[in-house]
Amino acid sequence: MTGGASLFVIVFTILNITACLWLIWWTSRHRTAEPDKQQQAAGTAETMGHVWDGDLEEYNNPLPRWWLGLFIISVVFAAIYLTLYPGLGNFSGLRGWSQVSQYEQQVALQREKLEARLAALKDQPLEQLARDPEAMATARNLFAANCSTCHGSDARGARGFPNLTDDDWLWGGEPERIYESIAYGRQGVMPALGSVLGESGVNEVASYVLSLSGGKAPEDWVAAGKKHFETLCAACHGMDARGNQTIGAPNLTDDVWLYGRDFDTIRTTVRDGRENQMPAHLELLGEAKVKLLTAYVMSLNSGRRALGSGDSEEPLTSQNEHEGVAETEVARSDRQSSDQDSEPSSS
Amino acid sequence: MSDRTEAVATGAVTHYNDRVVRQFAIMTVVWGIVGMGLGVLIAAQLMFPELNFDIPWLTYSRLRPLHTNAVIFAFGGCALFATSYYVVQRTCHVRLFSDRLAAFTFWGWQLVIVLAIITLPLGITQSKEYAELEWPIDILIAIVWVAYAIVFFGTIAKRKVKHIYVANWFYAAYIITIAVLHIVNNLAIPVSLTKSYIVYSGVVDAMVQWWYGHNAVGFFLTAGFLGMMYYFVPKQAGRPIYSYRLSIVHFWALISIYMWAGPHHLHYTTLPDWVQSLGMVFSLILLAPSWGGMINGLMTLSGAWHKLRTDPILKFLVVALSFYGMSTFEGPMMSIKTVNALSHYTDWTVGHVHSGALGWVAFITIGSMYALIPKLFGRSQMWSVKLMEAHFWIATIGIVLYITSMWIAGVMQGLMWRATNEDGTLTYTFVEALAATYPYYGIRLLGGVMYLTGMVLMAVNVWKTVKDAKPAEVPVAAAVHA
Repeated sequence: MTGGASLFVIVFTILNITACLWLIWWTSRHRTAEPDKQQQAAGTAETMGHVWDGDLEEYNNPLPRWWLGLFIISVVFAAIYLTLYPGLGNFSGLRGWSQVSQYEQQVALQREKLEARLAALKDQPLEQLARDPEAMATARNLFAANCSTCHGSDARGARGFPNLTDDDWLWGGEPERIYESIAYGRQGVMPALGSVLGESGVNEVASYVLSLSGGKAPEDWVAAGKKHFETLCAACHGMDARGNQTIGAPNLTDDVWLYGRDFDTIRTTVRDGRENQMPAHLELLGEAKVKLLTAYVMSLNSGRRALGSGDSEEPLTSQNEHEGVAETEVARSDRQSSDQDSEPSSS
Repeated sequence: MSDRTEAVATGAVTHYNDRVVRQFAIMTVVWGIVGMGLGVLIAAQLMFPELNFDIPWLTYSRLRPLHTNAVIFAFGGCALFATSYYVVQRTCHVRLFSDRLAAFTFWGWQLVIVLAIITLPLGITQSKEYAELEWPIDILIAIVWVAYAIVFFGTIAKRKVKHIYVANWFYAAYIITIAVLHIVNNLAIPVSLTKSYIVYSGVVDAMVQWWYGHNAVGFFLTAGFLGMMYYFVPKQAGRPIYSYRLSIVHFWALISIYMWAGPHHLHYTTLPDWVQSLGMVFSLILLAPSWGGMINGLMTLSGAWHKLRTDPILKFLVVALSFYGMSTFEGPMMSIKTVNALSHYTDWTVGHVHSGALGWVAFITIGSMYALIPKLFGRSQMWSVKLMEAHFWIATIGIVLYITSMWIAGVMQGLMWRATNEDGTLTYTFVEALAATYPYYGIRLLGGVMYLTGMVLMAVNVWKTVKDAKPAEVPVAAAVHA
């Protein structure tokens, strides 16, 4: 703010506050002909002498003292506050307060506690961290604050966001791979094959994919789909369709679904492709937190069993896995309408 | 020979223009039900999101601005037009300055409301809170408002009473200020009929928006309705206004201090510290001037308190003043940075707004309409006093449920959002705070349904009162030269 603008703010502020004080002084000056309570109650008190609309009149009672007091206290408070805190233009106040410094103090306080906690943990091996209930309590809080928006508070994911508790891995479940996923992020790309395959080809590939996980689909489509698959899809997903964790190509035979297992969804995936992104967190969170989160994800999975925590819980079932079970079978009508669209000599 | 008989003898007697007042009064009730009905629907959507039926026009994001526009500008606006036209004629002892312009303001304003009902659900919006309507409608509002100012100030100018009654000061301040606020805040560059870009950007846009937003509260929802209060409270109580000098102090202090208070909506944002501080300091100084109106209203009743037992209209007016006092205390408290750090972005704000909106604005309107409508339609009283009584109690309990549930929900949300663990991490995720809010959303919905039920009772009562009524022309009161 320039000096002129600052001066304008200061003068205008003080002027308005002073004007209020003057107003109070000016209106409480006149003390003549003030009616007292008895007169008023009896209706014999003097009014201002103006009458509107037949019977509208005004008394001129003095300003209530407690109200005047309240008014003056608020003005005094304003004067004190504007001396201590920023308000009067460029004058930053005697206390040197700013919202940025307040924020930094409060954050630093929490950060200090957390750093102390992390310092004690950061050199422990991942397997040990995953077994340490106290470390995992902190990790759960970090997960809730940073990861749950996409993966859910229970880490079971959502449509398009992987379930982290089912021991099924897109990019590998080894500790180093999990760490990489969190630290550097991942970019999963399924290319769109609609223009290559045509609508009938998409139906066939989708039928084959469905059949790999035990879904029912017309046999001729499955057979044709297998052929397409071997030329177009196997490069990433493998001839056996068991995927390739190096490039994040999902296993298509395990009945675990990121987008849902109904025929239409699979067709959309094949036709239009998919793009998935896990953002990189190393710069955002720092190494210690990423490490702790890695251990947390491990603790949610077979890691837990392998680490021998003795926890014989039923394995958690993914919400994703059960999506669209009823639609597993390709509807006959679907097939018929598609038949009409596609080339007649498909069989 | 008095002026009146002289006027009759010379054939110069005129009557008040009550036609436009009747029109606005009836539409007040109609838009009240529409606006509050929308409020109940979106309150229900917060509990049951599927109530948008997957139809884009019915989504919360589009109906919420329609709710606010309908209750503030349709319900509140019609009430202000009706009462200001009525009061300015009665207290100036003349007919409205121009019948044609007055009729234009009625039809123009209804057109604005209908356009809002069409465009907001379609998603046509400037995305500025309480100023969502796009530029062609903004221009229409400005034209109607200028016509309103001409009618109002023209009537003041030709008044037959030397002193301008206090209610008219408040109406005048509200009319002038809303014109300025509306025009400055909506300055935009149109790119098509339904899309424009506001000329301000970044934090300047935010500041202009909340300078507008808070003064819409201050001048539309406070000053305007204080005008209503200053006529209907002394009339209904049959008592003179408590203190003329208190009117003067609180009027001038209120309108000068309110102008500064907007930045308290932007605490702890990129708005510079000094602006935030001034917003807070002036909000605190605003407490006493705001309470001046409450004191003047309540003290006017001294000597007439016994009337409260039998007169539901007076009950509405007194409870309105009480809620006015409460929300104008709560507001300055919430503007304190430390308190705001807890209350901001929570449902406490929603509760605060509704204690002002349901408790003050709507109650003073309902009381005034119950007093006004029989007079306008040549009746001595509303069709059913018992129904008014029932309306009062149902609505009052509704407000209490609404604001207490939102207080609890708001404080809880604020505490949950800021709670940290021993290890410095946040204790709760956002969704946990949301889940904890559900029971209070339920109580709020119940409160809203009760309030709406009261409005339906009012509509029945008004219908029975005005049906078959033969409104008489009321001759203007005699000139007062003193």
